[in-house]
This record gives sequence, structure tokens and C-alpha cells, in this order.
Amino acid sequence: MEGLSRRYGQVVALDRLDLTVRPGELVVLLGPSGCGKTTTLRLLAGLEDADAGQINVGGRDITHLPANKRDMGMVFQAYSLFPHMTVLENVAFGLRLRRIGRAARMRRARQMLDLVGLSQQADRYAHQISGGQQQRVALARALAIEPQVLLLDEPLSALDAKVRAQLRDEIRRIQLEVGITTLFVTHDQEEALAIADRVGVMRDGHLEQLGSPLEVYSRPATSFVAEFVGLTNRLAGEVRSPGTVTVRGCGLPLVDPGVPAGPVVALVRPEAVSVASNGAGSDGVPGDSPDGAGGGPLEGTVIATTFLGAVSRITVDLGDTTVMAQVPTADASALPAGSRVRLTIRPDPVLVASGSQS
Amino acid sequence: MASLTSLASLGEATTATPDGRPRGLRTRQRRRLNVFRYLVFTVFGLFFLVPLLAMIRFSLQGSRAGSWSLAAWRQIASYQGTGVPPLISAVEITLELAVITSVVMLMLLVPTMIWIRLRVQWISRLFEFLCLLPLTIPAIVLVVGLGPVYNRIQHYNLSALMLFWVYVVLALPYAYRALAAGLNTLDVRTLSEAARSLGAGWLTVMLRVIVPNMWQAILNSLLLTWALVLGEFTIAYLLLYENLQVELYSISRNTPNAGVLFSTSAASLIFAFLLLLVLSFVGRRRSRG
Repeated sequence: MEGLSRRYGQVVALDRLDLTVRPGELVVLLGPSGCGKTTTLRLLAGLEDADAGQINVGGRDITHLPANKRDMGMVFQAYSLFPHMTVLENVAFGLRLRRIGRAARMRRARQMLDLVGLSQQADRYAHQISGGQQQRVALARALAIEPQVLLLDEPLSALDAKVRAQLRDEIRRIQLEVGITTLFVTHDQEEALAIADRVGVMRDGHLEQLGSPLEVYSRPATSFVAEFVGLTNRLAGEVRSPGTVTVRGCGLPLVDPGVPAGPVVALVRPEAVSVASNGAGSDGVPGDSPDGAGGGPLEGTVIATTFLGAVSRITVDLGDTTVMAQVPTADASALPAGSRVRLTIRPDPVLVASGSQS
Repeated sequence: MASLTSLASLGEATTATPDGRPRGLRTRQRRRLNVFRYLVFTVFGLFFLVPLLAMIRFSLQGSRAGSWSLAAWRQIASYQGTGVPPLISAVEITLELAVITSVVMLMLLVPTMIWIRLRVQWISRLFEFLCLLPLTIPAIVLVVGLGPVYNRIQHYNLSALMLFWVYVVLALPYAYRALAAGLNTLDVRTLSEAARSLGAGWLTVMLRVIVPNMWQAILNSLLLTWALVLGEFTIAYLLLYENLQVELYSISRNTPNAGVLFSTSAASLIFAFLLLLVLSFVGRRRSRG
């Protein structure tokens, strides 16, 4: 897709978007509502017309091709199975349109149902199977016609959490097995990071960053990406020497060494912050920034602990600000609310929030 | 009265504190609600049935009080002269009119409504208003307006079947409502987008995807249209055509036996009822299969 633009009246949904998906790749478009990710998908599918720009698939310009000629399979957010047909007939529908003979049609449909693990439900109707099963049938139906591209528009949003996790791994497995080029849209960053080959973070019709999940998470290109993907602490700091920002008495390397000197807001990941009990009284050196009732700049009190399973998130009050730290649950249980603790920040390269420099 | 006490006890049930047996309370409430429902059903059922039964009873009245006779009914079937009895031809015409009206109605409404829902949603309010408009216009007013048009038509000496498009207009509100209710149960947009992404053209979307899910609604609109056409009198009469109701009316006018008035009314009601029963039976078979 090149220079793709779409506006609805005054609202610009997409602004000159450029995106290339490689064959067999699974790209996830991630972003908050209204960022343009669904619009991108629908433009690709032909369900809406672009105001400007071009779409090429396999080297062919399909920008002006109607939706039913584009040879793409699509799975929708809402349940889209045809209620008057059985599961098998649903999957065979696309093949029937292509005038494939009944025997061949049914064979391929059964093959697809095997792929998604639903051969037992072949003669059921949509209202007789669960939501997760319906989306799997929708996937089988989309793949049955052997499309060039597979499009998934938040297919898991309507499902409950456990089913969502299972189904997203299923989708990835099937996509790898079939080797089909796929574009997946979601607002759930966990989903995105779990299954993507590359993640495109979008905001207001633009692609903020396009890269592997690891890149997007640990080397966010902009502060929006840093704050949207994963959690971030915003901590006041100051750049005194180039390439280093001093945050609450700690010197941390900067991702971008060109940040000019002065006060900034540094973005620190919770898992870079470790927590240790400070029961023996404070012996911290007073830092440059003012802190609470005595103690060093990284000393404070535990306000709350959020249990997340294997890890826990501890919120610590440092007097003038709160910081989130992520620690293994076993360690967190030793630090109930009210305990005095000291924080250590691991010297990972940090980003500064854009617009925070004066 | 029974209904008042059941209402009062409903009120009691809700204000009492049910910490002991909540389940028992709910079944008692439900039972009371059921009793109430049956009561209302019976009362209104009688309200509608009793006059009908009285009418049938009177139509079977003999010359002496207390006796029974089928004279009034036999009168309907009798005719003077040769050729097809006018009643039979009237029934024929009415049935043909019903079929033509429903076919035209469906051809007009179904594609239009689906298209509006899919592509031009902003028109839907205007369209709904137009479809419901005929409800507000009394039949006499329609006739006055249609008079000059039908004068022209009668000039060409066409049959009573030309009434069909007036009936389409008359039945429009009912058919529209029935079809709209059916369409509302479907996510028309997602279904059509799914079908399109699989390669279906608009016609396929309409015929193979949307309409098959609308059979119940289509049947409902058919029932309403047929009921209307079978019972329509004013317009046909004023425009000097002879459909079923007009024929029954003229039969009842032309005999001194007052009972014939009732037997013809009862006959047309029973006829319509049987026909609609058959139609809905067909529909139920289809949806089960």
C-alpha cells in the first residue's frame, strides 16, 4: 500500500499510509480506536474506497477492483456465519461461487474444517456452536478459497479471555502451516506481540513504528509507542551530559544521544525497576529532586500490589510521584502495603517523552 | 374480582421480605402471572368470539325461533342463469389479485429494503415514512383520488385485476413492517461483506444470503397482504369492480332473507381464516425443514 488516504468528511482516517507486507508474513496493526487500522484493512479488502493512493497485491494494482474480485479472505469482528447454512455449507460457500463441483467442494470444506479442528461440527448450524468455534469456522471459510491474502479484523474481540488466548495461537499455527500473507488488526497489544512477525503501531492515521514485536517493545521509536505498548513510568529527570539523563539520582543512558540538555520526562519500564525492603532506616543520599518524608529520592512506601499471576506490579509512592515496578510474585508477597522500600533502576536505554524538552 | 385480587397479591409478593424461601416466592409469582394471563386471554377471546358465534348462530336460524336451517348458506351457492356463477368468478378474481399483489409487493420491497440497509442508510427514515403513509389515508379518499385514473383504465376495458396496484399501496405499511422486523434480526451488513469477500456479487448476496434468512418475515408480509386483499371492499365497490367482498355484499342485498347477510360474512371470514391457516402451515413446514 502506498500513499493510502481516506477521509470521512472532516475526519482524516488515513493519511498517506505506506505499508508493505512480505509474502507469508503476519503483520499486526495495533493501535487505539480511531487510529485507522480497521480502515486500512477495509480499504485493502475493497469494502471501502480510498481517496488517494494505490494498493498492489502480488505486483498487481487492485486499487479499483471491487471487493468480490479481490481474492482475499476476511474474518470479521462480528459473527459472520450465514445462519441458514450448516457449518460445512458455510465453508463451502466461496467454492460454490467459483462453480467448483459438489464432490470437490465438500472435500475441500472438510479439509479446512480438519485444519481448524472442527470436523465434528460439520452439520451444525451457527447458533448451535460457541463463539470461538464460530470464528474458527469463519477462518476455515476464508481460507477455503485459497486467497492471496488473509485479513482479520479484531476477530477475537468478542470472545472471552481464555478462548481468546487459545484461538490466537491457533490462528498463528494455521497461518504458519498454510503460509498465507496475513494482516491482523487489534487493539490488544498482548495479542499483537504474541503472534506477529511484525507489528505496526498506528495513531491518527499514521504508522508510528513498524518492526518486530521485540523491537517495538524494547526500542520504541516514539513515546506514543513506548506508552501504548506495555506500561511505562513517566519520571522527571534532567539531561546534564549528552547521552545520559539523571532520574532521581540515577544516571540512565538515553536511546537518542542527541537530546539537548535540560529537564525532560524519562520513560522507564516497570520491569527495569526492582524493589527492596528498606526497613533499616534511610541512608540514601538526597538527590536533586525533592522527595517525601525523609529518605533518598528512590525511597518510598508501597501503596498497592496488583497480582498478575507469575509477576506482580507494585505501586510505590515516592512522595512527589508514584512508580510502578514489576517483580516476581514471590518477592512481592514480602512487601505488603505500607512497607518502606528502596527502588533500583536498571540502566537500560530510556526514551524521553516528546514535547517534554523545553 | 379475580384479576384485582391477583394484581393485589402480586403487589404483596413484591413488598414482602423473602429471606426464607426466594425460590418458592418466584414460582408463586409466576403462577399468579400465568393465571392473570389466562384470564386476560379468556376475556378478550370471548369478546371477539362471542359476536362471531352469534353471527353464525343467527345465520343458521330457521323460519321458526329455535329451529335450525341451512337456507341462508344454500342461498350463497345458488344462482340464476347460465355460465359461471358470479360468486366463483369473484373468488377467482380475488385469489388472483391476492397472488399478483403479494408478488409485486415482494419484488418491490425486498430488494429495495435490502439495498437501503446496505448502501443508502440515510434514506431509510424517508422510505419508512412513505411506506407507512397509506395507513393515514382512508379508503374513500383514495378512491376519490384514484377515480380519474381508473376512468382512464376502464376506458380500455381491462379486468378487475387492475386493482392490484391499489392493493399494493394499501398493503404497503403492513408488508413493510413485517419485512423490516425480519431484517432487523439480521446483521445485514456483516453478512453481505462476508459474502462479498468470498466473491459474491450483489445479486448473489441478496438471493443466496439475505433472503433465505428472511423467510419468516416474507411469510408474515404475505399473510398480512392476503388478509387485506381478501377483506377489501370499499375500493373495489366504489370503482365498480366485483371482487369477493363486493359479490358477497350484492348476494346479501338481493335476497329477502336477512340471515344471508350473516352467512356471507361468516363464509368470507371462515374462507379467509382457512386460507391463512394453510399459508402459515406451509411456512412452519418450511422453517422446520
